[in-house]
Amino acid sequence: MSLEIRTYKRRKLVNLLASAAALSCVVVALIPLASILVEVIVKGYGALSWGFISNPIIPGGGIGNAILGTLQLAFYASLIGLPVGILTGIYVSEFGDNGFGRTIRFFNDVFANFPSIVIGLLAYSLFITYFGFSILLGAIALAMIMIPVVANTTEEALRMVPNSLREASLALGVPRWKTVLKVMITNGKSGMVTGALLAIARITGETAPILVTARYSYYWALSPSDPTASLPVAIWFNALDQSATAQQQAWGAALVLIILVLSFNIVVRLLTRRNRFNNNNRMVKKSWLRKSKQSA
Amino acid sequence: MAQKIETERLNAYFNSVHAVKDVGLGIPENKITAIIGPSGCGKSTLIRCFNRMHEVVRGARVTGKVLLDGKNIYDADMDPVLVRTKVGMVFQKPNPFPTMSIYDNVAAGLRLNGVKDWDRLDKTVEKSLRLAALWDEVKHQLDASGVSISGGQQQRLCIARALAVEPEALLLDEPCSALDPIATAKIEDLLFDLKNSYTIVIVTHNMQQAARIADYTAFMYMGELIEFGVTKTIFEAPDKELTEKYITGRFG
Amino acid sequence: MDMRLRWASFRPKSIRALGGDFAFHLLVGIVAFSAFILVWVLVAQMVYGAYPSMKALGFRFLTDTSWDAGKGLFTVIPLVVGTLTTSGIALLLGVPISVGIAIYLSELSPAWIREPLSFVIELLAAVPSVIYGLWGIYFLAPVLSHNVDPILVSLLGWTNLFQGTAGGFSKLTAGVILAIMIIPTVASISKEAMMAVPNSQREAALSLGATRYQTTRIGVLTYARSGIFGAAILGLGRAVGETMAVAMTIGNSPKISWNLLDPGTTMASMIANNWGEDIGDPFKLSVLLEIAVVLFVVALLINVFARLVIGKAMKPVQSGGAGL
Repeated sequence: MSLEIRTYKRRKLVNLLASAAALSCVVVALIPLASILVEVIVKGYGALSWGFISNPIIPGGGIGNAILGTLQLAFYASLIGLPVGILTGIYVSEFGDNGFGRTIRFFNDVFANFPSIVIGLLAYSLFITYFGFSILLGAIALAMIMIPVVANTTEEALRMVPNSLREASLALGVPRWKTVLKVMITNGKSGMVTGALLAIARITGETAPILVTARYSYYWALSPSDPTASLPVAIWFNALDQSATAQQQAWGAALVLIILVLSFNIVVRLLTRRNRFNNNNRMVKKSWLRKSKQSA
Repeated sequence: MAQKIETERLNAYFNSVHAVKDVGLGIPENKITAIIGPSGCGKSTLIRCFNRMHEVVRGARVTGKVLLDGKNIYDADMDPVLVRTKVGMVFQKPNPFPTMSIYDNVAAGLRLNGVKDWDRLDKTVEKSLRLAALWDEVKHQLDASGVSISGGQQQRLCIARALAVEPEALLLDEPCSALDPIATAKIEDLLFDLKNSYTIVIVTHNMQQAARIADYTAFMYMGELIEFGVTKTIFEAPDKELTEKYITGRFG
Repeated sequence: MDMRLRWASFRPKSIRALGGDFAFHLLVGIVAFSAFILVWVLVAQMVYGAYPSMKALGFRFLTDTSWDAGKGLFTVIPLVVGTLTTSGIALLLGVPISVGIAIYLSELSPAWIREPLSFVIELLAAVPSVIYGLWGIYFLAPVLSHNVDPILVSLLGWTNLFQGTAGGFSKLTAGVILAIMIIPTVASISKEAMMAVPNSQREAALSLGATRYQTTRIGVLTYARSGIFGAAILGLGRAVGETMAVAMTIGNSPKISWNLLDPGTTMASMIANNWGEDIGDPFKLSVLLEIAVVLFVVALLINVFARLVIGKAMKPVQSGGAGL
């Protein structure tokens, strides 16, 4: 074909520019990440001290109660959210081959990335009269955020398990529920653990739903029915206050929060890589099959 | 006999797998050359070296020379993009662009190379579709999606698309293996007509096909070129025992 | 589910095992069912809580244009304008960058870089919204206000979209932060859509003599475009619902203004900013709840639409933490 040399040269140039453009998109996205990390570390580092971490806001000017509050919220939210999420995920994966299962899966996807403030207000609407502004109310809101996420990852983890395992177990007469349990524990475990960790990391950073449920407090929360400070809300309340204490609290809390959240993500990442490595190099465990043979 | 494509000590690797071993082969101009051999013998890999498609796969490597009209296409100053406009390829499974019409599919290669003149595009599209024996069947539905036609028609569409950039050689990698006998026959007929203007290399696992349409045949086994010659000779009086075993169906 | 599984589970078992199976199925089903139903119960309750406001304001809530708390005039219009403009900026800036990242990761990057780089981009999603806000207040807003806004005003001031010099707390600042926040989501789903394109398409383009860029354009992007579109809609969903980062950088003014350098407000940020003081006033509370109801409907529509588009385009992507 009579190839136009001019066009050819232009095509090569466009190709080069396009590749450069794609790469620069990556760089552009990484700049804010770097900037945020730098800012938080630089501005928050000075605030960190043992006193800062262990003292409550009043008295002491520290964020100890915010840290504890975040941990308490995560704990109670997981208490509710993990079991419900996992069971829902099991339902959709093992029994959900019907209209209802599909509906649940669909709405799980829809609600997984829903505005968290709306979810907080949903929890508030009904449960405020029973729990008041408290850790428990906050935990309910956070659990509602966790559930679709955990359900999705559980379902994914179980879906990865080959059907032949289930069939073999059932064919041996192992009851359905034991089969699901065994499958879950041996082969679905890694996926479910990473899913749970990701969900917990996610809610640790949420502000809006806590703002409307667990509110804030300058003091240690003495029981789950008290309101509490939390790291994200501490940042929110102190952000615009120019006083030295407030700034210190805001940036110090930001540093602690980011370390917490990033650590979760890095741990999940390491676990995922190890699991993928293991799964690629090893056939799925069949040892439990032998054990079930004996007990069936 | 003029050699359109010649290889010298051609070796092709997928990471550490040595798929093509030291092949020296000459593809005669304006003839149909078939490459036959059992599955996994390296015949697809071999022709992918003729238009520098092999290196697209991650971890793929080529050593040796492939001469197109005497010039080594693996020279440092040769751009694979240009090589591929000179040597076209049709794949085993028809792969028309699903979001484009029949017309756009055929014109795709031209447009990619910068042709914008509607007149030229129209003429080339019609010419290519005629060469691919598809014009009469689709001339009233050039706007239809490229995947709305049958499998056999799609493959002829892919042939038309490859021909539209006016290559000097056409490589076909088992083009009929996904098609029924009638579609296969149509393609074999059109290849027969094409060879007057194009050098054609066809990889096939179907020996009868090679016997039907190929002027020359190469037999490969485990990455090596075992024998090459006039088709009639290969099939009736092969030189090597391995060739004879394959021809008579003792393996592969 | 495999028919063989169904039949296998009917194999004769002991009564105890049968009971166990039934109980298990029941338990799991009830939990899933209750969780699902509970959500809608809560929605109803929220609507109920918003009722006083709905009754008092009627349709004016959806059509009035001025918000004046002192006079008891509440309307959702300025909030919607703010939400639309900030989300619009987010998409305009964020989607092209995300597609660029997806193209790089899917088509251009060397094999060894793909995973680590995906992980790092994913970290953008891990940063809590409130920290984006903090960074926005003390870093982005000043930078935009001193270095970028003047340029925009001088170059594009004629469009009436860029006027004056706000202190950096503006719809533009909020929009830029939103753009950054939606990048991980849009990029990851676009990347998956692109990687799902069969290689035969790329080969077809390459064999015609296409450059890498051309191959990506006609072989990959056209094929993946509905997946990319769905990714963008999901990004929109996230932008619409983002609360804290927006509340901290948008300036919180309920005046309607198309000047991007002016402060504004969104549905989510209005709720967050007003939640502190107004617990006492039950009417104001129900107004906020009414805003939440509107936001719920909007977010629901967007997310449902997104899932339908993506579900058609490709296998549904797991959404547990932006899996890049």
